[in-house]
Amino acid sequence: MQLTVLLIILALLTVIGYQMGRSRAVASVGGRIVELHSVPSYHGFYVALWAGLPALLLFAFWGASEGWLVMQMVLSGLPDRLVNGDAQSLGLLRADILNLAHGVTTGREPDPEVVAAAERYLRLHALGDWSLLVIGCCIAIGGLLYARGRIDPDLRARNRVERTVNIALVICSLVAILTTIGIVLSLLFEAIRFFAVVNPLEFLFGTHWSPQMAMRADQVGSSGSFGAIPLFAGTLLITGIAMAVAVPVGLMAAIFMSEYASPGLRTWLKPILEVLAGIPTVVYGFFAALTMAPFVRDVGNSLGLSVSSESALAAGFVMGVMIIPFVSSLSDDVINAVPQSLRDGSYGLGATKSETIRLVVLPAALPGIVAAIMLAVSRAIGETMIVTMAAGLTANLTANPLDAVTTVTTQIATLLVGDQEFDSPKTLSAFGLGLVLFVVTLTLNMVALRVVQKYREKYD
Amino acid sequence: MSVAVTKSRYQSEEFSARLRRRYAAERRFRIAGMLAVGIASLMLVVLLGSIVSKGYTAFWQAQIRLEVTLDKQQVEERNYTAIVRQALYAQVPAATDRATRRSLNDLLSSGAPYELEAMVNANPSIVGTTQTVWVRADDEIDQFMKGFIRRDVPESERRLSDVKITAIDALVANGSIRSTFNTTLFTAGDSREPEQAGILGAVVGSALTLVVTMLLSVPIGIAAAVYLEEFAPKNRWTDLIEVNINNLAAVPSIIFGLLGLAVFLGFFGLPRSAPLVGGLVMALMTLPVIIIASRVALKAVPPSIREAALGVGASPLQTVTHHVLPLALPGILTGTIIGMARALGETAPLLMIGMVAFIVDIPGGLTDSATAMPVQIYMWADSPERAFTERTSAAILILLAFLILMNGLAVFLRKKFERRW
Amino acid sequence: MSVQTHIPATAMASRPAAGIHGTKMVARDVKVFYGAKQALKGINLEIQENRVMALIGPSGCGKSTFLRCLNRMNDTIENCRVEGLIALDGEDVYGKNIDAVQLRARVGMVFQKPNPFPKSIYDNIAYGPRIHGIASHRDEMDEIVQTSLQRAGLWNEVKDRLREPGTGLSGGQQQRLCIARAIAVSPEVILMDEPCSALDPIATAHIEELIDELRENYTIVIVTHNMQQAARVSQKTAFFHLGDMVECDDTEEIFTNPRDERTQGYITGRYG
Repeated sequence: MQLTVLLIILALLTVIGYQMGRSRAVASVGGRIVELHSVPSYHGFYVALWAGLPALLLFAFWGASEGWLVMQMVLSGLPDRLVNGDAQSLGLLRADILNLAHGVTTGREPDPEVVAAAERYLRLHALGDWSLLVIGCCIAIGGLLYARGRIDPDLRARNRVERTVNIALVICSLVAILTTIGIVLSLLFEAIRFFAVVNPLEFLFGTHWSPQMAMRADQVGSSGSFGAIPLFAGTLLITGIAMAVAVPVGLMAAIFMSEYASPGLRTWLKPILEVLAGIPTVVYGFFAALTMAPFVRDVGNSLGLSVSSESALAAGFVMGVMIIPFVSSLSDDVINAVPQSLRDGSYGLGATKSETIRLVVLPAALPGIVAAIMLAVSRAIGETMIVTMAAGLTANLTANPLDAVTTVTTQIATLLVGDQEFDSPKTLSAFGLGLVLFVVTLTLNMVALRVVQKYREKYD
Repeated sequence: MSVAVTKSRYQSEEFSARLRRRYAAERRFRIAGMLAVGIASLMLVVLLGSIVSKGYTAFWQAQIRLEVTLDKQQVEERNYTAIVRQALYAQVPAATDRATRRSLNDLLSSGAPYELEAMVNANPSIVGTTQTVWVRADDEIDQFMKGFIRRDVPESERRLSDVKITAIDALVANGSIRSTFNTTLFTAGDSREPEQAGILGAVVGSALTLVVTMLLSVPIGIAAAVYLEEFAPKNRWTDLIEVNINNLAAVPSIIFGLLGLAVFLGFFGLPRSAPLVGGLVMALMTLPVIIIASRVALKAVPPSIREAALGVGASPLQTVTHHVLPLALPGILTGTIIGMARALGETAPLLMIGMVAFIVDIPGGLTDSATAMPVQIYMWADSPERAFTERTSAAILILLAFLILMNGLAVFLRKKFERRW
Repeated sequence: MSVQTHIPATAMASRPAAGIHGTKMVARDVKVFYGAKQALKGINLEIQENRVMALIGPSGCGKSTFLRCLNRMNDTIENCRVEGLIALDGEDVYGKNIDAVQLRARVGMVFQKPNPFPKSIYDNIAYGPRIHGIASHRDEMDEIVQTSLQRAGLWNEVKDRLREPGTGLSGGQQQRLCIARAIAVSPEVILMDEPCSALDPIATAHIEELIDELRENYTIVIVTHNMQQAARVSQKTAFFHLGDMVECDDTEEIFTNPRDERTQGYITGRYG
């Protein structure tokens, strides 16, 4: 609430600042604008920036640190018996306070100290918001007045504004880097915690996967086991089936569209593939689970085969269909990059169209096509919804496409959906899997993008 | 015209035979190509066909007519369940014994008393009168009316008992069952009861998420693209940013979900299931798409425009904001809309940050618990009831309609503002 | 260079003795349209056997378009339409008896920019014979490759690296590789579309020498921008202007005594 008010006030102040700066600059030279170093609107922007930017920075800083800060203050006021625990119980305590503060009731009867802490938390929060409003307004008005006082015909307003904008642009372009760093750090950090409990070698090369931790120590399989080989095998099986569908169909479709189809036909076919590419994965998942899987099972049963109702074949096939447009549009790009002069050379020798394509165009485009397939594989490995909805959950180590297998992404999704105990190896194992997934797909992408770039340079 | 009498090897019979074989191979290759395109088209038709055929019935819903007597005392006791039941028994006079009547209770949606209550609250003057109202039937009655529960199946394997079917027949006979447009689907939040479930909550959740995504990714994406394309020096540092953006565009979406879980929920302590967090994650995910599309659009503006502007003394920033950016805007906009459409259909990252929860209320703010349309589809797809399968398909159709709308807008913009230099 | 002895017997059998100069190809009222735009406005031309005919004219005059009609390379361009008659040995090349694939085997083509396939030197030469099934076994193919390279004057330069990619050669070598590739299918006519425009003067001299040697066994039509080149290599020259064939005569006639004012203007360098 206070934040909204602050934002509105800030917006108003910047508009006022702009007008103020502009008119004052004009007034400072008595209307002879040529005497100004920068045009009046830059003076306006100059004041507006001073009014808006510092307050906005404060706002961003507060938004990022408020929760933590307030929580630290609350925790420091609690008696030692509550605070002096290990990291896990401290996390639980934090969650309890937050839940109470947000009005979420849990089954447990809350400790009165914790209730008090929650109230304190809310109070501090409100106090923080109000002080933010007041301080923000003060800073904004102060900045506005300061900048207004500096308006002068010789003020290099344009250079200052442009330098600020330039810095802002650089920061925006760094967001991508920060995202990558964020991904790497969050995966690494949680995965390291996981590997502190589970031996990385056992994780990477173990053949038994059952992450369910028993509630009581005396139950069977209380330790859970985290051998991820069945997941990797399942992922590869489904990816393999998907590629067996997507590569021939996608490649031939690309060839047909770029070399054979008339322009009229192309205007019809291109949208079909684009629609196929635009359908959300959850829709493919629904189709795989409710239409394809029963169909595959019925066909298999009528042939006397025993087919699981969550067969890898159904999920893989639908994933393949999803990837067809991906393969075809990438192949289309690389096939079109093969210079016409090579085709002409082949036709000039009396080759037919298919001979030209098979013997000249495809070999010439091979690096690009290989890269396209690598990108498609990376896409298939990382695809989540189809396998979550249509593939199984039990980790079978099998190469039979009619059996149910589970995949890396399925496990990540199921491990992290629903009620989770933080810090349990079960939850953390999802980050271990995520790290493997990230490393594998990143490697595939890097290599593929590099190959594509080299290939483009060759024919440019 | 002098005619050469000698024939070359290419006019020999042997060559002709070979040529026929070569043309046969040519035809086979061409057919393989057509087959590939055919398979792709067929799969699209099968996919859409199966969803439409499963989903179109969800747009209709069976209703039962009741003559409710709004007894003053019962209204005061808020005993609407009794009112509704009495009216129902009156509609089926044949049902007299307790057991039959009890099974009749299941004919109505469990939401029927609330519907009546809302009606009375809206118009208290009707208390004490007898009103004709149409209330939603239970989903199984609805499925029966649509023919998905078959009468000729033995009772033990059927979800509806013979008693109920007899009662339904009686209701049909006196015109007390009708099929109307299913407005609930568009105006309600989620529910455990299929006939009371709607996707409005998910639509609002998606809209809130997209607003956050757009507010963050569009300005940042365009700014980054402008910097990289117009101002950045070509050095190893900008190369790194470029490689990084290209790679980020190919990172699996579930990884972004893990990032959101670890950083936004774990580190910054933002609330779970909130559109705010969903929007943040989606913004990071669509950012590379927007940057890449914007750079392509900026690249398409010919250098002569920049030279002309710089030539009359504009600063580099003025050149970009006054000349280059407006010319590139249609392309940027198209890329942005396509990025947003992708974000709208994305599910996996939202699962990670807890936007997969049973939420009845329609979210009112960025930090309320919410789901999104694709997540709603995912959850409904998991429900065993036949009526939910139908609604899942309908929800998919609605989601696809939004996507078609967005992509159509992108195509329209591209066509309208397309400019060849 | 003793070229003659290496020509396969089959390649020689179908050729009449050099020096007779019968008519190899005829064009009658050839019109070409790209969509609605007319590129050629009715060309009449006779191409004589075992001679070099040069097509000259300012850019955009239609000489390359005409050249591409002779072996139906225009078929590969969408919305390109050809009217009129083009005959090879008295047979209409757009007629029922001749197939585009067969025609292109008989009427080979060398392009403006050297376009070796991204394959080895050997495979570049062997490509044509393979698809047409000319060589029945390896030895025969080796011989065709060697002969073709020898006739293109490239053998001594590449004989030790036949397995290396053709794209690794220099520009002039690449163009001779493309000529050797065209020769390998033993065509009757070779069309050359500005074959030297992308080459340096030394490589150009090499190719011109080669064209003069090839004349003994092949009919050659060459499009060129370079009038000195036309004068050096051709016996007949046709001057094209704005889609018309203005004048066609012995090369000497054209360059010393042009009948048409436009030809005069072009060869004296008033426009081009």
